Amino acid sequence: MEVYLDNCATTKPREEVIEEMLHVLREEYGNPSSLHRKGFNAEKKIEEVRENIGRFLNVSSDEIYFTSGGTESNNLAIQSIIDKCHKKGKHIITSKIEHPSVLNVLEYYEQKGYEITYLDVDSNGLISLEQFRDSIRDDTILVCIMLVNNEVGSIQPIDKIKDILRKEKSKALLHVDGIQAFGKVPVNIKGWGIDTFSFSGHKIYGPKGIGGLFVDKKIKLNPIIFGGNQERGLRSGTENVPGIVGLGKAVEIMEKNYEKESEKVKRIKNYFIKRLRENIELIKINSPMSEKCSPYILNVSFKYVKGEVLLHYLEDKEIYVSTGSACSSKGTEKSHVLKAMGLSPLDIDGAIRFCFSYENTINDVDYTVDVLKNSVEEIRQITMR
Amino acid sequence: MDKVISVSLGEIALKGLNRKYFEDELISRIKENLKDIGYERIYKEQGKFYIEAQEKDFDMIIDRLKKIFGLVYISPCIRIDKNMGKIEEASIQMIGEKLSNENIKTFKVVTRRIDKSFPIKSPDVSKEIGAVILKEYDDLKVDVHNPDIYLYIDIKENCYVYIDKIRGYGGLPVGTNGHGLLLLSGGIDSPVAGFMMAKRGVKISVVHFHSYPFTSERAEEKVKKLAKILSLYTGPIKFYSVNILEIQKELNSKCPEDEMTILSRRFMMRISERIANKNHINALITGENLGQVASQTIEGISVINAVVNIPILRPLIGFDKVDIIDLAKEIETYETSILPYEDCCTLFLPQHPVTRPKLENIEKSEENIDIERLIENALKTMKIYNI
Repeated sequence: MEVYLDNCATTKPREEVIEEMLHVLREEYGNPSSLHRKGFNAEKKIEEVRENIGRFLNVSSDEIYFTSGGTESNNLAIQSIIDKCHKKGKHIITSKIEHPSVLNVLEYYEQKGYEITYLDVDSNGLISLEQFRDSIRDDTILVCIMLVNNEVGSIQPIDKIKDILRKEKSKALLHVDGIQAFGKVPVNIKGWGIDTFSFSGHKIYGPKGIGGLFVDKKIKLNPIIFGGNQERGLRSGTENVPGIVGLGKAVEIMEKNYEKESEKVKRIKNYFIKRLRENIELIKINSPMSEKCSPYILNVSFKYVKGEVLLHYLEDKEIYVSTGSACSSKGTEKSHVLKAMGLSPLDIDGAIRFCFSYENTINDVDYTVDVLKNSVEEIRQITMR
Repeated sequence: MDKVISVSLGEIALKGLNRKYFEDELISRIKENLKDIGYERIYKEQGKFYIEAQEKDFDMIIDRLKKIFGLVYISPCIRIDKNMGKIEEASIQMIGEKLSNENIKTFKVVTRRIDKSFPIKSPDVSKEIGAVILKEYDDLKVDVHNPDIYLYIDIKENCYVYIDKIRGYGGLPVGTNGHGLLLLSGGIDSPVAGFMMAKRGVKISVVHFHSYPFTSERAEEKVKKLAKILSLYTGPIKFYSVNILEIQKELNSKCPEDEMTILSRRFMMRISERIANKNHINALITGENLGQVASQTIEGISVINAVVNIPILRPLIGFDKVDIIDLAKEIETYETSILPYEDCCTLFLPQHPVTRPKLENIEKSEENIDIERLIENALKTMKIYNI
């Protein structure tokens, strides 16, 4: 029995997505920039998706730009905003628990002389709005906060950020990494005053290699990739038509099933927590237990167990999970998110991330908890001597 | 005028009556290594091998040849008939090609007249060709003591003109000196140890110990990748993969913590010896290096040796770590070795490992262990791969 619980790393594409992409690959292979009908048809396809995503996010379709995925979207927003605002100041505010595609870009600019304030998070993985207010300076040009954290699922108070900036009379722009939030938790781009918002296809049962960036019409960004001026000059390169169409299909289905699937996942997650607590000792739930957490993410520490060892025990029984985030877990570095949340080394070592999808069932949870129980006991026999 | 690659043999030339055997082994290694690139013919002419192949493939072929043990020099040559006019023409071309790539001021011609029926004596050939080159290239001068380049002319059945002598590793062709089982861990040292023994002609098989699921599949994949790099020097490698988690668990629950490393290594040696005996392998090879880690003391090594009768070769025993790292970089295993996956030793690593173990204590610790059963179980689940 295979149980896939690594849906924050990537999701399994939906059948409808695959079919739609196959159709485009086989039949509608024209280059959207070509002048003939085959090109025009491909262009129509991607514009249709742009409309759909604009409607889904409640923004104008010409505020949506397609990219190769979340990492590129975060890079494009950050590099481009810094390039645009470098004369206004050199101060940026972010949090300690951002994704590497944000932190590593900012570190690069830090080496080039920019000043970065890294906001702390509490034990629930949440920033403090007081600390945020106190960090704002006259030369702050950019605030970069993720909506849903990819390791623990905490939901940041993005809705309050722009208000505080306005009260402090700051013109700083707000970039939100929305990759784990898109289609999974409520987002109000315009209402919250978000200037740029990144999202990705393969986290919502779409294909890899496609993502997008919302850029508010009021701001004009320069590209970081130059070429044939596709995507209205912001992102050159022949459009990934099958990817865009796949993403469009994934959004279309998600829009329809959003409530139903998120309710189901919430039930699965709560059941999972209950079964874990009943069956396994010495565990610590690292995800916030309040409404301020994505129903799709559950981070748990198994004390006296090395996360990576437990991961391999589970994989042997065809259960797939992550330690920390998949993007950084190939190395042996410890999770910067859990460290920032103040977890002890023992809890960081034993942390496992379970991420759910609409396909998971109560049976999956029962099987997983049974295997977990046996594996954890076996490993502890060795490590707790 | 044809271009060929010549290959000079090293110690093989000293091997007297066995020489034919060594040469045959070497030819088969060359053929095997060049199989996928393609060549037209390999032949022998008075002490050297010559390879006929397409000139566009020369760089790739030379790169492969450099990795074959038993070769001392590799030279791209022009082959011509024994005829002074042809030799002049070839020499001018050879020097011309060199000048277009490098800044050369002085040269010297060295002739070897192996075929004494050739009417002109070596010094006279050199003199005559030297004069022709001077006339053709105004900026060049002769320097007999310390020239920038030597132009070699070998007069045999054919005549060969060449400049470059690219160094090989020397050593002996793999397979001419027995068969060793290399304990390959995934660290920096063991691939280098395998390289060193292969250089002395030892055919290499590999045994790898892992503790899945305590270690990852990626860690095993990394060790296979190391074996693959090694196989460029050694030829195909048989790879035995043994899971020793059950053994480690048993040791962990029944034996003193500080002896874990030594006890595990004794099991690895026992298992390796079984594999060796069954597969006609004559020796074990390890990357051990005196004083590097706790188990690599003379006392540690003695206690490890005590469980097997088969010789254990430790070619790195007297190396400094920096020298091992240099060699690992040279043979291109280093980058793979430092990939950060856990190996089976680090997970059960004791806090304070015993550094001066006594055999009687260690044997006492093993008294409660069903050694035979554990070895048999490990061998039963062993996997074998051809690398």
